[in-house]
Amino acid sequence: MESSILTLLIFVPVAGAVLMLFFAMLYGKENAHYYKWIAAITTGIQLVLAGILYLNFDPALSITESPFTVQLNWITHFNIQYFLGVDGLSIPMVLLTALLSFICIISSWKIEKQALGYFSLFLLLDAGMMGVFLSMDFFLFYIFWEVMLLPMYFLIGIWGGPQRMYAAIKFFLYTLFGSVFMLLALLALYYYSDPHTFSLITLIQTVGSIDATLWGLSVKYLIWMALFIGFAIKVPIVPFHTWLPLAHVEAPTAVSVILAGVLLKMGTYGFLRISYPLLPGEMVNFAYILAVLGVINIIWGATNAIAQIDLKKMVAYSSVSHMGYVLLGIAAAISDSPAGAQAGMNGALMQMFNHGTITAMLFLLVGMLYDRTHHRWIVFPNDYEKPELAGQQGFGGLGAKVPVYTGFVAFAFFAGLGLPALSGFISEAMCFIGGFSVFRTLTIIATLGILLNAIYFLRAYQRIFLGPLNETYKDLPDITHRELFTIIPLAALILFFGVYPAPLLDMISPAMDGIIKIVQSVI
Amino acid sequence: MENYSTILALLNLFLPLLSFVILIFFGKKIGNSAHWVALTLIGSSLGIAVSFFANVFVDTGGPILETSVPWFSTGSFSVNLGFLINNEAAIMLLVVALISFLVHFYSVAYMKGDPRYSRYFAYLGIFTFSMNGIVLADNLLMMYIFWELVGLSSYLLIGFWFEKESAADACKKAFLTNRVGDIGMFIGIMILFLSIGTFQINGLIDGVHNGAFAGNMGLLTIAGILVFMGAVGKSAQFPLHIWLPDAMEGPTPVSALIHAATMVAAGVYMLVRIFPILTPGALEFIAVVGGITAIMAAIIAITQNDIKRVLAYSTVSQLGYMIMALGVGAYQAGFFHLTTHAMFKACLFLCSGSVIHAMHHALHELKDHDTDPQDMRNMGGLRDKMPITFWTMLIATLAISGVPFFSGFLSKDAILAGTLSYYHLHHGWTLFLPIAGFGAAVITAFYMFRLIFLTFFGKPANDKVYAHIHESPIQMTFPLILLAGLSFALFFTLPLSVNPIDNHGWFTEAVPMIENAAGLDMHVVEEGIHHAHYTAMGISLMVAAIGIFLAVLFYLLRKVDAAKVAGMANKLKLYNLSFNKFYIDEIYNIIIYKPFLALSWLCSKLDWDIYDQKFIDGWGWLTIKLSDKSGEVDYNWLDQKVVDGFGKITQYFGKTLQSTQNGVVQNYLLGGMLGVLLLIILIQQF
Repeated sequence: MESSILTLLIFVPVAGAVLMLFFAMLYGKENAHYYKWIAAITTGIQLVLAGILYLNFDPALSITESPFTVQLNWITHFNIQYFLGVDGLSIPMVLLTALLSFICIISSWKIEKQALGYFSLFLLLDAGMMGVFLSMDFFLFYIFWEVMLLPMYFLIGIWGGPQRMYAAIKFFLYTLFGSVFMLLALLALYYYSDPHTFSLITLIQTVGSIDATLWGLSVKYLIWMALFIGFAIKVPIVPFHTWLPLAHVEAPTAVSVILAGVLLKMGTYGFLRISYPLLPGEMVNFAYILAVLGVINIIWGATNAIAQIDLKKMVAYSSVSHMGYVLLGIAAAISDSPAGAQAGMNGALMQMFNHGTITAMLFLLVGMLYDRTHHRWIVFPNDYEKPELAGQQGFGGLGAKVPVYTGFVAFAFFAGLGLPALSGFISEAMCFIGGFSVFRTLTIIATLGILLNAIYFLRAYQRIFLGPLNETYKDLPDITHRELFTIIPLAALILFFGVYPAPLLDMISPAMDGIIKIVQSVI
Repeated sequence: MENYSTILALLNLFLPLLSFVILIFFGKKIGNSAHWVALTLIGSSLGIAVSFFANVFVDTGGPILETSVPWFSTGSFSVNLGFLINNEAAIMLLVVALISFLVHFYSVAYMKGDPRYSRYFAYLGIFTFSMNGIVLADNLLMMYIFWELVGLSSYLLIGFWFEKESAADACKKAFLTNRVGDIGMFIGIMILFLSIGTFQINGLIDGVHNGAFAGNMGLLTIAGILVFMGAVGKSAQFPLHIWLPDAMEGPTPVSALIHAATMVAAGVYMLVRIFPILTPGALEFIAVVGGITAIMAAIIAITQNDIKRVLAYSTVSQLGYMIMALGVGAYQAGFFHLTTHAMFKACLFLCSGSVIHAMHHALHELKDHDTDPQDMRNMGGLRDKMPITFWTMLIATLAISGVPFFSGFLSKDAILAGTLSYYHLHHGWTLFLPIAGFGAAVITAFYMFRLIFLTFFGKPANDKVYAHIHESPIQMTFPLILLAGLSFALFFTLPLSVNPIDNHGWFTEAVPMIENAAGLDMHVVEEGIHHAHYTAMGISLMVAAIGIFLAVLFYLLRKVDAAKVAGMANKLKLYNLSFNKFYIDEIYNIIIYKPFLALSWLCSKLDWDIYDQKFIDGWGWLTIKLSDKSGEVDYNWLDQKVVDGFGKITQYFGKTLQSTQNGVVQNYLLGGMLGVLLLIILIQQF
């Protein structure tokens, strides 16, 4: 059981997708009901498996010691392995993926358009994400990384909003651009390491001895840069971020949730899983730039969010800002204060998890509003299709009409602006403390984010929910039970980890200590 | 014993939260009996606070309760949660619980019939919870957490009637302005943590004492000033005071509880807690900010016509006093004033609430929606109609004006002695501090009596409204009477002194002077205050008398026409300056808010319309153009010309050679021979 659980986590959704095809052959494509249920059951099983994994997970064990690790030869000629493993770095991401996938299926219950395609692609996406977080072989990692891309492209391109094709292509090309660099890094690592291997565990030992140069630059530096571009696009680090607002806005709700909740984290996960342990020397030299970029993300993302009049786009830019905290936190790995380094690194990983739950909740809530009103303009744009509405407030006073929904939005907004007792606060504070132990001035600038993030959330909250009720919405229905089912688990996690972050921290900190030790060993 | 106390402290903290949870989830079902839930739970919390307070009189030589448990940790980064109940905390707990309970009680009548009645009590519950958290916290991070949570509850309560745009604006403004201060506080906490390695207040004090900042006291000064930033926001000090007057959009009992007695005093309380690590440099800064706030807000209060706004600016001014007291080292006086102020200011606000309530009902009966029930110009002569409100408000006014026998006299006097002594020790510009202190004292007496005279004396502004005015019900007047009672000096000087102008009593015993670990010699400060005591008392008696006398002249006897004086003052634009609150809101709007929104708009244009649409999509465009070109080259040239060219040539030759395919065998043979010959020649060439 223990050694098959990781494989199952990846392939249960694949099996679900295959099962759907059988159903389609037997009963025709039209019956959306089957596909929803198959998807719900498979992701449900996956979630249970993830739960079992969590219960049996021992944070003290490394990948090589863990009973869950699977290491089989796959393509022996190139020493490519089917190598799966889980440690403190990946387990929060695995749990997040399983949870959000399940929630997303439930939230997609009303999808009727080509349900077979939608749900089967979603399951493939799920499998790809799970694969990325579990792969300990770089080649396998790369395959899953690419596997994810295609379903995502179709999910945005077919089920998205009005500009879906443009958004899908932009997303695809951006990511592919990054993938090319990652592929180069992958090949370089393979050929320069001795023995040739893709194993991320072995590479930790062998990459250090590479001292080749290419075009007058050290190969390790080039590999670092190539990986950096690949991961930076996913995070996304400004200025590689413009795929994000568009893709988030155009994607259907559930896909936005996955994009913001899981996909963005792959970028920072990549740094921590691959760049940091393999190339600690380069990381140390690059840390300052990473921190600068983190601060730019925080400030630029938030400043842009303030100007948005589309609620979903505002939430999308808030992700840019919130991922900046992660960058600042991981840059603090070089801190000479042990408390600073630990606060930064652990805070960053916690922020990855917490942002996953918070932003998922935000996107789900935005989606609910959109489902009811068919728009999400905080303020109608000047070139709006109905000229009499242009420049007017899109909503107003909904708080009196839909109190339960409003309560959840307030909860999510306050979580987003880092209110203590909700999970985002702890992780952001830890990122700041870590950052401050190394980069004082930069972190002081970054703390402006505390204010800026509050500005756009509260402004949007006021314009949508406070003030006199906009009569257009006098019959707006409040939240349904199915919708409650999707957001209550997230709200519970946000509150729980805000009040009691120890379980999350204890789960991740040995792994983060390992990475810090590697980084600190080269200073 | 310790476990027992810990449980009590936990209950004290969490019972109000329980009230919040119950009322949020079951409020609809509970409906109009929501106040029973809240009163029971807050009442229990009050009982516990009283039991802690009883310990103030038992000298055990240590704090009443000090306990701490690990919250989360990883290696060297660990955070604890804990309680530290010393005498100051016990007093503060009682103040919070008492006022909170009275406000709950008062609200039963005041909020009757509100459609969100249960939610109102729920919000009061989460506020009391958060405020207790600040008081109990033994470490700065925990304090910061509850600090932000009171910000949340303040946001919810200011915006309670959120259908009003003004309320919706005010709650946002309050939260954001507070966050500006909180950023500073957070950075300050980070400096302290990274220098000493703990968030725990006692740990920090020990750290400073043991020389964690030795040779780098400048950093400690900066850290102190940064942490103080939090107090600047929360306690509405200049330049972040702008949110508090707007916060009056909330229901009046809320103003009494949060924006007068307790939350806004949290900044002062926090400084009391961290006082030992504030360096003389930081304290100097704090004193100046407090002094500016005290005098500036008092000046603004003179010209306001809205009864709540007068009280709001009065609160800002009094908070300035407390902060200034801390700054000049009069630690005890600052905290004393916090306590006395909580009683009389809560009383004043609840009285104003009683007046507004009466006005509101009168106007409601007359179906008059245009008259502002809070504008004092619409009142007048209410003394006879609302005797209890009048007398209690008068008592509280005497207290805030610093009249002997009332509590404000004692605490204000102690602060003024502190400022005088500070001047004696430092000379020079520090003269500003006593001037601000005594100046604000004159003005306070003046505007408070102006409020009393305009509201309760003179002729009613509108006889029809006057006819409909009634005294408020017992639920509202009972807290007034109680709080007015607590505004007498005697309550703070028992049992050591029954001489009401002597401030030695249980309070001074309970809150002794403490050592400062950051380089301030408290003995010198104490000595100085002791010396300045009688001078300060003399001057403060005089200034209170002047203020009251002027108010009598202007507004009771009407010997001087206030409008004329205002007009004269306005020759220098002085009246407008005060009436428009020194234009600070407008200045922020012009130099910060609007430019910032414009900047964010510009950034979004830059980010999307220029960077993405032009630059990033430019690459796409370039790629498409290039591939068009390469496609053209590929097809028009390579394919059509070169490849097809070969074809065409072949075709041409084919056509041409077709004629040779005429079936004449000799010709074929000849061709073959020529071919072979050509091959031989070619081969020989290589």
